[in-house]
Amino acid sequence: MIRFFVLLILLLPISASAQNVPKLVPDVSQRQINIQSGFTGAEMLLFGAIIYPRGVAPEGQVDVAVVLRGPMRSVTLREKQKIAGIWVNADSTDFRSVPAYYAIASSRPLNQIVNSKTAAIYELGLDRLQLSPSGEVNATEQRRFVDGLVDLNRRNGLFRQEAGTVEITDQVLYRARLNIPSSVPVGVYTAETLLIRDGRVIVADDNVEVRIRKTGFEQLVTILAQDYALLYGAMAVLVSLLLGWFAGFVFNRL
Amino acid sequence: MDIYLPIANLSVNALVIILLGGGVGVLSGMFGVGGGFLTTPLLIFYGIPPAVAAASASTQVTGASVSGVFAHMKRGGVDFQMGGVLVVGGIFGTGAGAAIFEILESLGQIDTVINILYVLMLSSIGGLMAKESLTSVLAVRAGKPVAAAKRRHHPLVANLPMRWRFYRSGLYISPIAPLILGFITGIMTMLLGVGGGFIMVPAMLYLLGMGAQVVVGTSLFQILFVTMASTMMHSLTTKAVDIVLAVFLLIGSVTGAQIGARLAQRMRPEYLRLFLAAIVLLVAIRMALGLGWRPDEIYTLQAL
Repeated sequence: MIRFFVLLILLLPISASAQNVPKLVPDVSQRQINIQSGFTGAEMLLFGAIIYPRGVAPEGQVDVAVVLRGPMRSVTLREKQKIAGIWVNADSTDFRSVPAYYAIASSRPLNQIVNSKTAAIYELGLDRLQLSPSGEVNATEQRRFVDGLVDLNRRNGLFRQEAGTVEITDQVLYRARLNIPSSVPVGVYTAETLLIRDGRVIVADDNVEVRIRKTGFEQLVTILAQDYALLYGAMAVLVSLLLGWFAGFVFNRL
Repeated sequence: MDIYLPIANLSVNALVIILLGGGVGVLSGMFGVGGGFLTTPLLIFYGIPPAVAAASASTQVTGASVSGVFAHMKRGGVDFQMGGVLVVGGIFGTGAGAAIFEILESLGQIDTVINILYVLMLSSIGGLMAKESLTSVLAVRAGKPVAAAKRRHHPLVANLPMRWRFYRSGLYISPIAPLILGFITGIMTMLLGVGGGFIMVPAMLYLLGMGAQVVVGTSLFQILFVTMASTMMHSLTTKAVDIVLAVFLLIGSVTGAQIGARLAQRMRPEYLRLFLAAIVLLVAIRMALGLGWRPDEIYTLQAL
């Protein structure tokens, strides 16, 4: 990998030197994550190089933020309230664009490197996600639901925000690790890298895609259960009957 | 040893699932119950989504009751006529259960209803069992013989029209009563993932007035077919049956059941029932507290 980086640094400045804007060369450790029987989650390395015009790094500090984002989906969020002594789902609101997974890592805390306007434009940070809530007009209520949604996903490990975990070497190379829990939804994920300087996003690249999918037996079971429900149900019954019968048979012999 | 559950979409420790199945299996072997009423809540405590827990637990109960049905059939302990009526009622019950499940899920109240039903069911059954077994334990201690309950069917059952003869059960009653009984347990199997044996057996004894020698076998027969129907129904509607979860539960429970059956032979039946009553009441109390305490997380997500 070091050799690869050296090659990058030597070759690429020449092609980028014509422009005045730095260029990002991002990559991820895996373009595809396969969910199989032993899957307990994954660790994704997002890394890359920053190519400056004329190959010269600017004065002062640059910051990098990386975002891994899952497919968007519509959800209903329900809130429990205590009614007649028990906790039941009482209130709910719909969100039209919630990422199935969202993890952001940055070289320094986000509020120190970007202003709130930039953060909102680029959806940087868990409190800046544009989730498109619908149905609830009251702003405080809406805020409560958004906070609830973020908190829930954070606890499940599906939303993450980490500061100081992007390492930048010589203003040129960066890398960050993001954890993916076993309950991660399948789909096409986007990895985005943002180069930040003086509170502004200088360049952003979101061309790297990561495919998370079930493979082998896990894929087969999911397809059967979804599309061949009758067959799947019959199989489940049969497996259960056979195991039960077989165990009875074996133990009667003992 | 971690294993990924393809339908629940999360990774669990296979050993925990096998031990859980085994523990429930020991109890089911000791008491002749399917154990679904313990499996589902324990899976939910462990973090399995409630729908997947109930669906997969009912699949597991199928496997757990097979060898019992064969054993009872061999010694003539199954009234097929009565069993057939119960199964027909049960299959309609799973259909109704599926509809109820769907309505409650769209309202977002399925978890609460499952919890409340569990609390009501377990506390009443546990309470009755504790009372009955305490009486007999005390009677045995005092050296008095326990008065056998007089076998007769409930007046409500006796008044139903269109009577049939159920020879094995020694009954001349209307099939409507077992049909309704089967229907209710079918709904419960679908919603709660329980076989319903611990409701079925007392109902057969005290409501229908069936002969004790065919009660357990016929109840197991009904459970076998109704849990099969419930697995099919869940596969077609909620799509929540996790075959991997069911297999690991089964590996534990079929083994545990054999151990439990052997243990039961060495224990006094009235103490055994008292012990079961205590377990049932403990689960009920835990679930009731779960309803009343502020949950750790008050928000839940449902994909649209």
